[in-house]
Amino acid sequence: MASSTTNEHVKQHTISMTVENHFGTLNRIAGLFAAKGYNIDSLTVGPTEDDAVSRMTIVTRGDDQIIEQIMKQLHKLIDTIKVVDLTDDTFVDRELALVKVQCTPTSRMEIMQISEIFRTKVVDVSPKTLTIEATGSQLKVDAVINMLKPFGIKELARTGRVAIKREFQGEA
Amino acid sequence: MTPTKAQDNHQGKLMTGAEIFVRCLVEEGVDTLFGYPGGVVIGIYDVLHDLTHIKHILTRHEQGATHAAEGYSKATGRPGVVLVTSGPGATNAVTGIADAYMDSIPLVVFTGQVVTKLIGNDAFQEVDIVGITRPITKHNYLVKDVNELARTIKAAFYIATTGRPGPVLVDLPKDVLAAKAVFEYPKTISLRSYNPVVDGNIRQIKKAAELINEAKRPLLYVGGGVISSNASAEVRALADKLHAPITTTLHGLGAYPEQSKLSLGMLGMHGTWYSNVAVDQCDVLIAIGARFDDRVTGKVEEFAKNAKKIHIDIDPSAISKNVPADVPIVGDVKRVLKQLNELVKPLDTKEWLKTIDGWKAEHPLRYKQDGSLRAQHVIDKLGEITDGDAIVVSDVGQSQMWTAQFFKWKHPRTQITSGGLGTMGFSLPAAMGAAFGRRDLPVVCISGDGGFQMNIQELATVAQNNLPLKIFIINNGYLGMVRQWQEFFWKKRYSHTQITSPDFVKVAEAYGIPAQRVSSPADVEATIRKALAHKDGPMLVEFVVVPEENVFPMIPAGQTVNEIMDSPEPLKQSHATHKTMIHAKG
Ligand SMILES: Cc1cc2nc3c(=O)[nH]c(=O)nc-3n(C[C@H](O)[C@H](O)[C@H](O)COP(=O)(O)OP(=O)(O)OC[C@H]3O[C@@H](n4cnc5c(N)ncnc54)[C@H](O)[C@@H]3O)c2cc1C
Ligand SMILES: Cc1ncc(C[n+]2csc(CCOP(=O)(O)OP(=O)(O)O)c2C)c(N)n1
Repeated sequence: MASSTTNEHVKQHTISMTVENHFGTLNRIAGLFAAKGYNIDSLTVGPTEDDAVSRMTIVTRGDDQIIEQIMKQLHKLIDTIKVVDLTDDTFVDRELALVKVQCTPTSRMEIMQISEIFRTKVVDVSPKTLTIEATGSQLKVDAVINMLKPFGIKELARTGRVAIKREFQGEA
Repeated sequence: MTPTKAQDNHQGKLMTGAEIFVRCLVEEGVDTLFGYPGGVVIGIYDVLHDLTHIKHILTRHEQGATHAAEGYSKATGRPGVVLVTSGPGATNAVTGIADAYMDSIPLVVFTGQVVTKLIGNDAFQEVDIVGITRPITKHNYLVKDVNELARTIKAAFYIATTGRPGPVLVDLPKDVLAAKAVFEYPKTISLRSYNPVVDGNIRQIKKAAELINEAKRPLLYVGGGVISSNASAEVRALADKLHAPITTTLHGLGAYPEQSKLSLGMLGMHGTWYSNVAVDQCDVLIAIGARFDDRVTGKVEEFAKNAKKIHIDIDPSAISKNVPADVPIVGDVKRVLKQLNELVKPLDTKEWLKTIDGWKAEHPLRYKQDGSLRAQHVIDKLGEITDGDAIVVSDVGQSQMWTAQFFKWKHPRTQITSGGLGTMGFSLPAAMGAAFGRRDLPVVCISGDGGFQMNIQELATVAQNNLPLKIFIINNGYLGMVRQWQEFFWKKRYSHTQITSPDFVKVAEAYGIPAQRVSSPADVEATIRKALAHKDGPMLVEFVVVPEENVFPMIPAGQTVNEIMDSPEPLKQSHATHKTMIHAKG
């Protein structure tokens, strides 16, 4: 690519695509990003309402020219059914994190309060740890993790982003 | 292609995967198959043994098979078909697949694979060829169920030949070839995830016409897409209607007859002086089936910087990839031009053409005439003797560039070379493939001494089939193109570019191919005439040329037309090409 990826025009984009659920499809897409040197911030794959189709949500970054090429290249893959860049649309997106935090009898309450404020769930408890499930936008998940850091995070598992376009709210 | 009889009465029959495979090829109208047998495809070879209407060509290396299929496809417009065994057979085919991918050539490559239950087991002669070729195929398949075989083959041919053409690989495990299924070959196929756009958006076409109708200094920049779309007639109609000059890429050569006054020959790194200057000076650049390759643009920011750019290409990702287009049109060149040609008006380009004629007269393609033999002279003579009525297949390097520059390109599908990958060793097998596909024109292979030694084994295939191929080796004792770069940019330190060769005449004779050596310009014409007159078999001619000749003009990589190096030969002592002389007279 001609342009660099470090200039101020670089923006994060959320791309949602449906692909034929064939063996090797994920490989093709990951391979495309690797071969062309595009960034992947996150990539998730999962089934859809149709067994033969998978949905992928790719979070990537680049300037307009790079994003245009990424869209075209993804579209060009034979197994791609549809690609949309959700970035300029309104869309709902979610990430999920499981955070295992160290706790003492005294800090436990404080951690649970934080969890409550963020409306996250405590999904596992042991004498020395609490495991919290946080779901929400990237910002929210980041904020939860930041608040929990001072207590000592033992383990963190975090998904990539899934996203879906919001339907138009026309007059009823 | 009209399918021959013999194929009837097979639909609905129970047969093995190997039989289904062969029946599918018959249904597709495949007449020539380039291949090499091995353990896992032995079943297919057994079926081929009794089949008369598919000609199997046994090359001497799988790379040769893939290049032969490319040459066949380029010369005929039909897909090239290859069959090789698993493991080393498949990996040997890889270079040709990558070459076809870069140059958008429709190939369908079948590889044998180990039995499905051993896949992933490091079994004997197992490689993950689907994984290896994923980035160098348009698409590829591993067939795991014999019931999927026919449909997959149908899809492979469909994908390879539609949209932007390219190679498709189908991997065939041994057990799938042995299993039985009812043969049903679908008549048509549609894939929900693959629908190439062929019709251009009419609003865009109108915008393009408006831009063109205002142009003072229009220029057509024509590429390989015009050849693959069989749109030479439409390009010609456009150029002639507009009175617009036309320059072609390496792969566009032959799209427009160079004998015409409007032709500027090839542009780019080793393009003509005047085509590159015209690109710089034009006000509307009409890019047609060309992909703004860096060998053409040099420094992209400066390329055609004074022009509005119209870009017609069937592949959306080719548009604005390197150079932003002002008017992008996605679609098949032939269809788009049919509509565009109706909307444009004849232009007054007299001044513009006069300026260009001045450049042609001042900076023609030329070379030194001092009594020693030069490749340019050989190619110039070949063009003169054949008057452009030949299929010329070149290898990679200096000899390739001189062929592009000095041959008189006249017809589409007569210029065959490896452009995108630049694969040395391409020319001999590709010329073979062209000769298997076409008998209406003589086929001439032009190769450097280095490249020729990369697939020299294919002389056996040429001899076995008594192909009427004319093989011209340009022997300069160097890997000339690299030596030229060393001379210009690396202080003449000729590190490992001097190359020795066997006695090519004796080698040819050992294969039973008549051969001759030429070292003087005086003998060139008679020898070429003799070779061309020898119509019922191959002939090899080795031209021993001056060792340190350079290709001019040259725009060094990544630079601009301001840095163009023209030939140092003064106009008088040099020979300007015949085709350029015509131009200069106007
Ligand atoms: C040593 C060396 C030196 C070289 N020097 C030069 C040089 O000086 N000048 C030069 O030109 N090249 C040169 N090349 C070749 C160069 O590398 C490229 O291969 C070549 O320029 C590409 O040609 P093209 O733009 O016509 O595209 P191609 O590779 O031929 O691609 C065809 C384009 O047309 C499109 N297309 C295909 N079918 C259709 C259709 N039906 N309708 C619409 N669009 C279609 C495709 O999508 C693609 O974008 C050199 C190569 C080598 C090895
Ligand atoms: C397979 C391969 N290896 C290396 C190169 C790099 N390369 C490009 S041109 C060239 C020299 C070709 O020499 P020769 O075939 O003798 O032709 P000449 O340039 O002398 O006409 C080389 C080594 C290449 N293009 N292909």
